[in-house]
Amino acid sequence: MIDWALIGFSLAKTIGVIFLIVLPMVSYTVYAERRVSAAIQDRVGPNRTGIPLSLIGFKSDIQLGLGGLGQPIADAVKFILKEDFTPAHVNKFYYWLAPGLAMIPSLMALSVIPFGSSILGVPMVIVDVNVGILFVFAVASLSVYGIVIGGWASNSKYPFLGGVRSSAQMISYELSLGLSVIPAFLVFGQMNLSEIVLWQRDNGWLLSPFWLERWSWNPAEWVGILSQSFDLQRLLLWIPILISAGVFMIALFAETNRLPFDLPESETELVAGYHTEYSSMKFALFFLGEYCAMIAGSAVFVTLFLGGWTLPFIPDGSATWFFGISLPTGWEWLPSVFWGFINIAVFFAKVALLLFLFIWVRWTLPRFRYDQLMKLGWVVMFEVALANIVLAALILAFIRTT
Amino acid sequence: MAYTVARPKLTFAEKIYLPAIVAGLAITWKHLINTLTGRKKVTMQYPEEKWDANLPEHYRGAPTLVKDEHGRERCVACQLCEFICPPRAIRIKPGELPRESKWAKVEKYPEEFDIDMIRCIYCGLCEEVCPEQAIFLRKDYAITGLSREEMVHNKAKLYELGGVRTGLVHKWNEKK
Repeated sequence: MIDWALIGFSLAKTIGVIFLIVLPMVSYTVYAERRVSAAIQDRVGPNRTGIPLSLIGFKSDIQLGLGGLGQPIADAVKFILKEDFTPAHVNKFYYWLAPGLAMIPSLMALSVIPFGSSILGVPMVIVDVNVGILFVFAVASLSVYGIVIGGWASNSKYPFLGGVRSSAQMISYELSLGLSVIPAFLVFGQMNLSEIVLWQRDNGWLLSPFWLERWSWNPAEWVGILSQSFDLQRLLLWIPILISAGVFMIALFAETNRLPFDLPESETELVAGYHTEYSSMKFALFFLGEYCAMIAGSAVFVTLFLGGWTLPFIPDGSATWFFGISLPTGWEWLPSVFWGFINIAVFFAKVALLLFLFIWVRWTLPRFRYDQLMKLGWVVMFEVALANIVLAALILAFIRTT
Repeated sequence: MAYTVARPKLTFAEKIYLPAIVAGLAITWKHLINTLTGRKKVTMQYPEEKWDANLPEHYRGAPTLVKDEHGRERCVACQLCEFICPPRAIRIKPGELPRESKWAKVEKYPEEFDIDMIRCIYCGLCEEVCPEQAIFLRKDYAITGLSREEMVHNKAKLYELGGVRTGLVHKWNEKK
């Protein structure tokens, strides 16, 4: 028996998330990157994209007047219209395969992440699997193939060096990436990302040292509420969780090839790294794949440490409360849809904040030297993550408050 | 001869990078906020805002020819500017003033005077070399055109851009 409803909802969610949210978000992250970097460097950035009617004979262009928000659309048109050049010396099959391999894994990793609570009883996660985070790591690590194959198939020295660097870097940092989140799972006790978000809704975001069980606007009750909320185990666990979040964040920077770890690209050393020989939309796929990986990484970080779609005082999609208004018959669906979309907005707002952090760090720090990168990965991050697991396990095993 | 460069001794705070990273983030944050709030404005929105009112007196824009207060051409077609012009942008065809002209003692005038603005490098040597103070670099900087012919400034265009300039020039001095 085929469950057509399930297939239909999954398709709708896939299309809705990938094409209506994530891909526009990717292109607007590129735009945000350009505007933020410009502001950091005291420049203006792209702020006047118009529709160039004068190119086809009209007197003047249409100025959108939205501060350059048309820039990503113009970029997309440019990339599609550019000549798609395949050099004669490349391995054609892998040369064509690599851009897709760079882009698709990060999109696939998004499929298990709960991006919202539920709308009318339909959970807002594309596939709800119990191995959630393992799937994310398994699939996200495939994106290194796009870079390595792209660098190798280009049959040229700079892309090859970029690809080799990339494989070494990704493999090194994957270790700390995987190890760093184990303390989080020791606390959660499971790997299903939807359940993890629900746990954080009931017990507070993982990154916070305490959780207010209830709240009152009466100041006389505040001391009582605060003393109830603190819990010794939770407070001590805050230390390994902070370390875990820090190592995970740094490993994410390395995994997504962002500065200060962008050695595969490193314009100043390797021309453009692994995508030197690529042009047009194939180059754009590599470029967008990097941003897509950033979004996927931020989404995982938000889900694990920042409570996913939850926000205190905001109900989820199963709510019937709607600002205290008693709804007329036939309008019972409104609270669910309203709060469901608010939850989705909260999730992507958190992701956007993390994306800003990515951009901010990129335009602050210089690039690591290759040996420094390897030393940091193997001598520092790996050991810190391992010790952190032991610390978290000890706290969980020996300090019990209940 | 090979010698060893002494590595600086790093303190613990320097070794773990983090304080330096936070300091760097603070600096870029300051720049970001200053730019977003418009407290620090560096860029000018060019076609809408222009620098014209603030151009300094010594600004070297497009070279032009000038007339004096009586409407006479100052240029005597000596061709010094044509010879000195590094990119050879100037072409002059000298002509002789007719005998019945009131200013016949000047003898020569430019029949044609072309400056190719595609070649001009705005160096100002023509202005410097001119013994008659007939050629000046004015403040026009946006010289545009849709064809190469349009970018060659002929005599009429040069006088239109240059206008009138008053002041003593030796060749008009009757005592000379």
